[in-house]
Amino acid sequence: MGRRRQSYDGVALCCPVSVPYQRYSIDAAHHWIAQALRGTLQSGLRKDELDGFCVASFTLFPDTAVGLTQHLGLCPRWLDHIPMGGASGIVALRRAARAVQAGDADIVACVAGDTNHIDSFRSLLSSFSRFAMDASYPYGYGGPNASFALLTDRYMTLYGAERADFGRLCVAQRANALRYPHAVMKKPLTLDDYLRARPIADPLALFDCVMPVAGAEAFLVMTEDEAARRGLPAVRITGAIERHNAFAEDPIQLRGGWEMDRDQLYDMAQCAPGDMDLLQTYDDYPVISMMQIEDLGFAEKGAGPDFIRDKDLTVTGDFPHNTNGGQLSAGQAGAAGGFIGLVEAIRQVSGTAGPTQVAGARRGLVSGFGMINFDRGLCSGAAILEAA
Amino acid sequence: MTEPLKLPPRKDPQKRTLSPMRPPEMRSRAALGLAAAAAEGRFALQCCAECGAVQYPPRDACGICLSTDLPWQDMVPTGTLLAETTIRTSTKLYFRERMPWRTGSVQLEAGPVVMAHLHGDVPRGAEVRIWNLLDRAGQAVLLALPPNRTPYMEDDPVLRLMTSDPKHRRVLITDARHPATPTLVRVLRQAGTALIHVGEPESWRPYPARAELEALGVDLQPLDVTDTASARKLAGEYGGRTDILINTARFMRPGGVLARGDTAFAREEMEVNYLGLMRLVQAFGPAMCGRAADGVNSAVAWVNILPVEALSNAPDYGCFNASGAAALALSQSLRAEFRASGLRVMNVFAGPTEDDWYQPVPPPKVTPQALARSVVDGLQRGLEDVWCGDVAKDLRERFLRDPKILERERTTAGDGP
Repeated sequence: MGRRRQSYDGVALCCPVSVPYQRYSIDAAHHWIAQALRGTLQSGLRKDELDGFCVASFTLFPDTAVGLTQHLGLCPRWLDHIPMGGASGIVALRRAARAVQAGDADIVACVAGDTNHIDSFRSLLSSFSRFAMDASYPYGYGGPNASFALLTDRYMTLYGAERADFGRLCVAQRANALRYPHAVMKKPLTLDDYLRARPIADPLALFDCVMPVAGAEAFLVMTEDEAARRGLPAVRITGAIERHNAFAEDPIQLRGGWEMDRDQLYDMAQCAPGDMDLLQTYDDYPVISMMQIEDLGFAEKGAGPDFIRDKDLTVTGDFPHNTNGGQLSAGQAGAAGGFIGLVEAIRQVSGTAGPTQVAGARRGLVSGFGMINFDRGLCSGAAILEAA
Repeated sequence: MTEPLKLPPRKDPQKRTLSPMRPPEMRSRAALGLAAAAAEGRFALQCCAECGAVQYPPRDACGICLSTDLPWQDMVPTGTLLAETTIRTSTKLYFRERMPWRTGSVQLEAGPVVMAHLHGDVPRGAEVRIWNLLDRAGQAVLLALPPNRTPYMEDDPVLRLMTSDPKHRRVLITDARHPATPTLVRVLRQAGTALIHVGEPESWRPYPARAELEALGVDLQPLDVTDTASARKLAGEYGGRTDILINTARFMRPGGVLARGDTAFAREEMEVNYLGLMRLVQAFGPAMCGRAADGVNSAVAWVNILPVEALSNAPDYGCFNASGAAALALSQSLRAEFRASGLRVMNVFAGPTEDDWYQPVPPPKVTPQALARSVVDGLQRGLEDVWCGDVAKDLRERFLRDPKILERERTTAGDGP
């Protein structure tokens, strides 16, 4: 065990923004990121008060965060670009919080956004990673569906899970999405609908897969004093972890980096899984949410299905999970998929979630997972947020 | 169990011929080592020269010790199927047109876990063997098969997409006068070839195999590869019905440059062995490329039979081998030109063959039977490079070890008294 992790004391997260998603957009990623950034200024901040800027996006090419500074007229003294997909929200939060604590920046805008043109999912796939290009896409070109189907198949074989176990997660998330005004999926979903859906890559069927959309998410990181002075609703970070390429020796991914670092996470935050008022997992596929429920200590490995069977995962239930419907029901806006749970959790813990508000939510756990490289997702992260 | 492939009905001329689509071709440079092995039908992976760790996917540095010395080594091709999926939707047209498509994760005995296509006879969780095959993009892919042969195994739709199997296909052999042609006809028939046409230059001039070919009942057609009009005429009739073209046309005379007084024979060697190949491609290539996705009897392969000494010359057949080297160089251009269609160029490198023109050369020599077997076996396994006979295999080894040393070895004058 190395040195003890420093706390995130004094840092506040505020101004959560979700730009309503669209199935397809003719606009560029820049357009979506600009809207989200502008959303953070609704609180009365001036653009020139933002002195830190952090971006996550897959569709900015040929630009990066650098080109965006000129495009959007920003002059930050701290700049970051995070290519970590579903883990980018947690990683952005960790980096920005440390920058603010150290005084390298006063107010950091963290933004993730992507566009979705008719053909952009296909072109994104073709250039995703070298290992995927060499060793997974030539095998049926099923994209992430095929990779996660293999993982789901292995999980079901080893732990005796059934499709209905994953269906419960999806059905509850759809119920939550019906409350969330920005969700793309607005039709109620029953377990029967889930089980009878069109197969995509066995054992995965239609409702196991996210719908690629255009959209953006953002939040600001500043000192608690700064947030208080401006009268902004804010939340604190009591613990945060990230890990990359964990358990490389596992033949098929059945656990992520959370399992390596969760003890430190709870130790930092001085709490336990049972103390959470809500959980936002990264849900590109329900098996990944199941993995997080287990690896973050809510259930033993393989016992996730049993654990959720007795739980009500909706906003009004005893285990509120992905309270705005998650990506499975709200849509996956590229890298913004790594922000959606975090931005929703900031709203929840600061009591500003409106129709999806979990009554009395004071503490929430958010986790991220990103970047399937060949056969597995490599980046994982988690953070515990508490009311200020 | 694999369903035996049925001979397709006569093609409906009203129907549109499918445009050939291809699986993804893009690979890192490191990954091309797998294609180099697949071209010869070997399964190889990178193995760290320092710590011995077997690597996959292919990479530039060892994932264990960071050594950058990662030579490719042949591997034990066995493993266990850990997980599988049947993909039913893909954004890539090649797969979309062939859904559903089964793939899986295989734990190799050699260490790594690989993704692989699954042969239809592989059940869930089974022990498998791995074949490293070229797909229609000409890139290497791994296919998991049952450990032992199963009935009609080669008819599996996924495996058939990777190979150039002559079963139910129509073959054109370009020169009846090649000493191996009758044997080639016999071996192709045993392999289930639907129809065999054989080109015959100068029909009025007798040759020993004529009677044998007639007895075999093959369809002899006039074809002179030194005559553009002759190639065009035959292609006009058979170009759209040729699935595999095997170029057996050969003109050879012994001797290096000083052994000959003029360039007459060399000109003829180039006319047949090099320009003849070019004429055939210009006549038959376009129609074959257009039919590379035409169902069970799609156009699938172009076969060149080359002297292995095209790789490294020596004066006993110096001028002839030079024309072979020209044909080899041309075949590389053809590979690139055919790539977009998925049509495969298979080069069969043969050592000296058992016939009159190689009479003064000591054994081992390549018999017509061995040559025919190499051609058909190469087609069935979907190879790009076939080494036929001990001399060819020996020369390949030496060439891969060091081409300059090989050249020096083969160009010795011998000590005087």
